[in-house]
Amino acid sequence: MHGFDEANIKKNKFEIVVIGGSAGSFPVVSRMLEKLNPAFKLPIVMCLHRLKDKREGFKEALEIKSVLPVVEPNDKDLIEPGKVFIAPANYHLLIETKERFGLATTELIQYSRPSIDVLFDSCADVFMDKALSIVLSGANKDGAFGVKRIKKKGGFVMVQDLEECSMTTMPEAAINAAKPDMILPSMKILEYLNCL
Amino acid sequence: MFPSYNDFETEIEPEELRKLTDAVLTKYGYDFGNYAQSSFKRRVIVVLRKHGIKSMDVLIQKIIHDPIFFEQFIHDITVNTTEMFRDPTFFKALKTLVFPVLNTRSEFNIWHSACSTGEEVVSLAILLKEENLLHRAKVYATDINHSVLKKAESGRFPLRNLDLYTQNYNNTDPKGKLSDYYKIVDNEIVFHRELIEHVRFKHHDLAVDHQFFKFDLILCRNVMIYFNQKLQNRVFELLHASLFLNGFLALGAKESLIWCKIADKFESVSDHEKIYKKVKL
Repeated sequence: MHGFDEANIKKNKFEIVVIGGSAGSFPVVSRMLEKLNPAFKLPIVMCLHRLKDKREGFKEALEIKSVLPVVEPNDKDLIEPGKVFIAPANYHLLIETKERFGLATTELIQYSRPSIDVLFDSCADVFMDKALSIVLSGANKDGAFGVKRIKKKGGFVMVQDLEECSMTTMPEAAINAAKPDMILPSMKILEYLNCL
Repeated sequence: MFPSYNDFETEIEPEELRKLTDAVLTKYGYDFGNYAQSSFKRRVIVVLRKHGIKSMDVLIQKIIHDPIFFEQFIHDITVNTTEMFRDPTFFKALKTLVFPVLNTRSEFNIWHSACSTGEEVVSLAILLKEENLLHRAKVYATDINHSVLKKAESGRFPLRNLDLYTQNYNNTDPKGKLSDYYKIVDNEIVFHRELIEHVRFKHHDLAVDHQFFKFDLILCRNVMIYFNQKLQNRVFELLHASLFLNGFLALGAKESLIWCKIADKFESVSDHEKIYKKVKL
């Protein structure tokens, strides 16, 4: 029914899902959040490139279809299951501990703040092999360093199938930087998540 | 181009960071031991990259034996991202929610804590002047970093940011034009002296220094994010002690008091702009 070999699904292995993409991946993300199992039990943390001076609207737009609440965390907010967290405009979002987020206004990384590299790197440090990372369509190389670090700490890397991506620079860079565990179209990634 | 930590392969273990912060504390009295680990580690990596230093031991030796290098280290390790009228809606909220209260006082005290290069000090001074409040304000601006304080005192900012600053200013419902307040000299925006001549610039480290005055308004925006919760609690106590009853505390857009121990001694004035009022001693 889900099309995955049971043996391939690392049930109960992961404690967090981190997702990166550029603004162009918004429709894909929106659709994934619409089709996600409402009982999905891991915290989902996303870094999508966005305009730095538009504080409002992004979270609200994602929330329209999402089956789970979408939250832009404040500094030191709790990392909780059953929620989708997105990096706020003009801040880097970091995993500070297994329980809490951190934020930073430090320099742009790969021309981006929020940066996927910063999120994934901090996630690798804290969650090690319990992290599942996903890189979607995007127009620059942000995220490649991040998945390399996730991989190095024993975490899991999924990349959106290039055939399906509107912009391939980001997933391509991720594929070159870290041999991904899986390369799949977005709806297959979603199916995988729903099997966890 | 300032080096970034991408493609930097050296791992830094928590014990190594501890050795570094212990050495800095012992030698110079600065305490970075309770900075937020996730971002502090990244700052250290930026320093290592910038100077081509391969190991933590080498960095520690350099810091201990070279005070001039240490000043540079402080500059690189602290975050000096700032802009004029950052978050224009915050400044609008100050005008509508805080200025009317200040206006009831013959004089009042303002503290820009961690003022960095001073962009926010000038921003607030302009708005106070427009509301005819500036002459009644006693303003302190402090930072951990001597070199940014010097810049702040000059009242000069790089010209390249002028469009952004003008746009931000225009979004605060201003009474004038930003160009009323500066001249352009040698590729710098030079603000009128009267905006900052009354400001006392002073070295102050939130992690170790104590209360030095009492205030009606404290701005401490995007500073707490670099501290862990233990240090945040210390600093919130310091800020609380430094405020008069009914004084205001302004935090960054994504900072909040809710996790601190003395949260119940404050009341929210604006949830969205993170402006709080001290309601209990």
